[in-house]
Amino acid sequence: MKIHFFIITFFLMLSGFSRAQENGMVPVKEGTFVPLYGASSKKPVLVKSFYMDVYPVTNAEFLNFIKKNQQYSKSKIKGIFADKSYLSYWKSDFDFGNADSKSPVTSVSWFAAKKYCECQGKRLPTMDEWEYAAMADEKKVDARTKKEFNEYILSWYEKSKTYENKIGQTFKNYWGIYDMHGLVWEWTSDFNSIFLSGESRKDKSSDKNLFCGSASVNATDLMDYAAFMRYAFRGSLKAQYSTRNLGFRCASSTKPKL
Amino acid sequence: MKKNNCILIKLLVYSLFVVLFLGSCKKEESKNYADIMTEGEMEAELTSPPHVPKPVGNRTAVKLKLNMEIKEQEGTMTDGVKYTYWTFGGSVPGSFIRTRVGDEVEFHLKNHPDNKLPHNIDLHAVTGPGGGATSSLVAPGHEKVFSFKVINPGLYVYHCATAPVGMHIANGMYGLILVEPEGGLPPVDKEYYVMQGDFYTQGEYGEKGLQPFDMNKAVKETPDYVVFNGKVGSLTNGGELTAKVGETVRLFVGNGGPNLVSSFHVIGEIFDSVHIEGGSTINKNVQTTLIPAGGAAIVDFKVETPGTFILVDHSIFRAFNKGALGMLKVEGKENKNIYSGTIQEGIYLPEGGTIQKMPGGSTAKTVVPKRTVEEKIKIGKEIFGTTCFACHQSEGQGIPSTFPPLAKSDYLNADSKRAITTILHGLTGEVTVNGKKYNNVMPAQNLSDDEIANVLTYIYNSWGNNKTEITPEMVKALR
Repeated sequence: MKIHFFIITFFLMLSGFSRAQENGMVPVKEGTFVPLYGASSKKPVLVKSFYMDVYPVTNAEFLNFIKKNQQYSKSKIKGIFADKSYLSYWKSDFDFGNADSKSPVTSVSWFAAKKYCECQGKRLPTMDEWEYAAMADEKKVDARTKKEFNEYILSWYEKSKTYENKIGQTFKNYWGIYDMHGLVWEWTSDFNSIFLSGESRKDKSSDKNLFCGSASVNATDLMDYAAFMRYAFRGSLKAQYSTRNLGFRCASSTKPKL
Repeated sequence: MKKNNCILIKLLVYSLFVVLFLGSCKKEESKNYADIMTEGEMEAELTSPPHVPKPVGNRTAVKLKLNMEIKEQEGTMTDGVKYTYWTFGGSVPGSFIRTRVGDEVEFHLKNHPDNKLPHNIDLHAVTGPGGGATSSLVAPGHEKVFSFKVINPGLYVYHCATAPVGMHIANGMYGLILVEPEGGLPPVDKEYYVMQGDFYTQGEYGEKGLQPFDMNKAVKETPDYVVFNGKVGSLTNGGELTAKVGETVRLFVGNGGPNLVSSFHVIGEIFDSVHIEGGSTINKNVQTTLIPAGGAAIVDFKVETPGTFILVDHSIFRAFNKGALGMLKVEGKENKNIYSGTIQEGIYLPEGGTIQKMPGGSTAKTVVPKRTVEEKIKIGKEIFGTTCFACHQSEGQGIPSTFPPLAKSDYLNADSKRAITTILHGLTGEVTVNGKKYNNVMPAQNLSDDEIANVLTYIYNSWGNNKTEITPEMVKALR
């Protein structure tokens, strides 16, 4: 009897796990942090609890999406939604060619990424959410001051073609999320709300139309080179752009439906 | 009379004024190059260092189309040391750009799709916000186009100005753009492109493997490498600049920094003229010219004698210990009027002016005591520390591509007689040590037979060498 009970609970747990994995999201608890840019007052930003995909979206998953939403295929997507490099490494509309099915999909525009998440009943994470979830290493919610953590991120910038790697091969962070660093860059919903003009040295707080993020004036941590590069990268993008190193994952404010 | 005088004075003052005014008018470069009209279109020739594009000469101002690609790529800093360089046009420094005043440059900046980062370009030759950086931030897989008119003649630095600016420069994103004056620069026989830069790696100088950028060292301004043209030995071991006796040589010298200023010097040459800081002021007969980080200089000189002339940053430890060393090889006939070479080698005794005798014969023989190997090693170590270590380094590791290693050296272990003669008579020309070629000069050392025996025994019994023992008799036999 006891053993039966145990087995049943075990199976229940197992099915619960597999469902969670199918769904592929984990909760990230509410908290505050000071982003590199955006807080000229250097006041912490509040990030409410949300759910985040464990992995970036893969080629196989994106192919599945395109089959159902053919207006987002390579040949049919409208010019205002994607530039010419959209899915440039795909052989044709429904063939990602030599790329691995478990590698992250890249060369997608912001519009396509946004649509993908909407079709899953999700959305793109905000930049604050992304940065908040990404500041965790394996053990700490905020590992930004750890030397090894920063070196790990920076070392990724020096490795080429990491977009060819499979998802889930970097480390699992505090929240249970993989690949925030070391695989590809990722779109955020408000990637251009903080705008580094091309000239990072002149971005002063007085320039109110742009964002007040000067590399030397307004950043909270001048040694956080890794973060500088992420913000600079986002600053160079437009929503119809797609690049080979840029993928995405989805988030959700509410508990994902099973 | 008085009135006449007055008129005379007035006339004098007037003519003086006219002379002064005209004189100043002639001197001043008041021409407004912004108003020069361009005629026609041209594709700009881009070259990687140490080469420069053909001189502009007398051509009219044109619309100059320029395509430059940004590539993030792995390269070699020195033997066994890899580094991920970020480059303009695939080289460090980036491609050389050659224009003339009044040209309108249409700049196409392309960021290779495989690159990870956005980049832009700030050209010091541009009059406009950010030197072009504001208009040129470009994401990987994209292209930005902007144009500018070059209105000031001179030699200018360009570099990437994307956050974090220092890191982009430290990884090699800099180069030179030349704006020639009307009519061009005076013709010379050879022109070369040399640019200094400092690099910061997590490992110390020479530590093997792929070395990541070290931001702490960059902030502290303590580089591991200070080099010409992006790596140790880019201008040695086959990369030497060359010229023939009697030719005129022009070097376009830049300094990308990011931190250090350069004391640029060519050992054994005097610069006939230097465009100070790359501008219009010309200084004559200069030994060492200061090149600020983010600055440049044009140096011209005529080579009068054959030989190897060493380019250095005369902040000299950078040259011999961090890599800031290049070579200019000049071939041709010797000119004994200008340089004799060694005429005579003799004995100098500071005791005074009486007739000196060569030591030797029956009178001045000093008896060398018998020494054990341990004693020899002990004495030899001291001699090494005062005589040999500056070039061959404390652990006999040598300096890559400049001074060969003594540690585990196949060249040394193969032939102890050759080792003795090298110390006795010096060695010039190419040698291959542990598979690497070296071409430098080791002078003959003024050491006694006993001292040579001791220092060689020390070297042979250190750092994994074959433990040969050298005796004073062996040295004497070869002297």
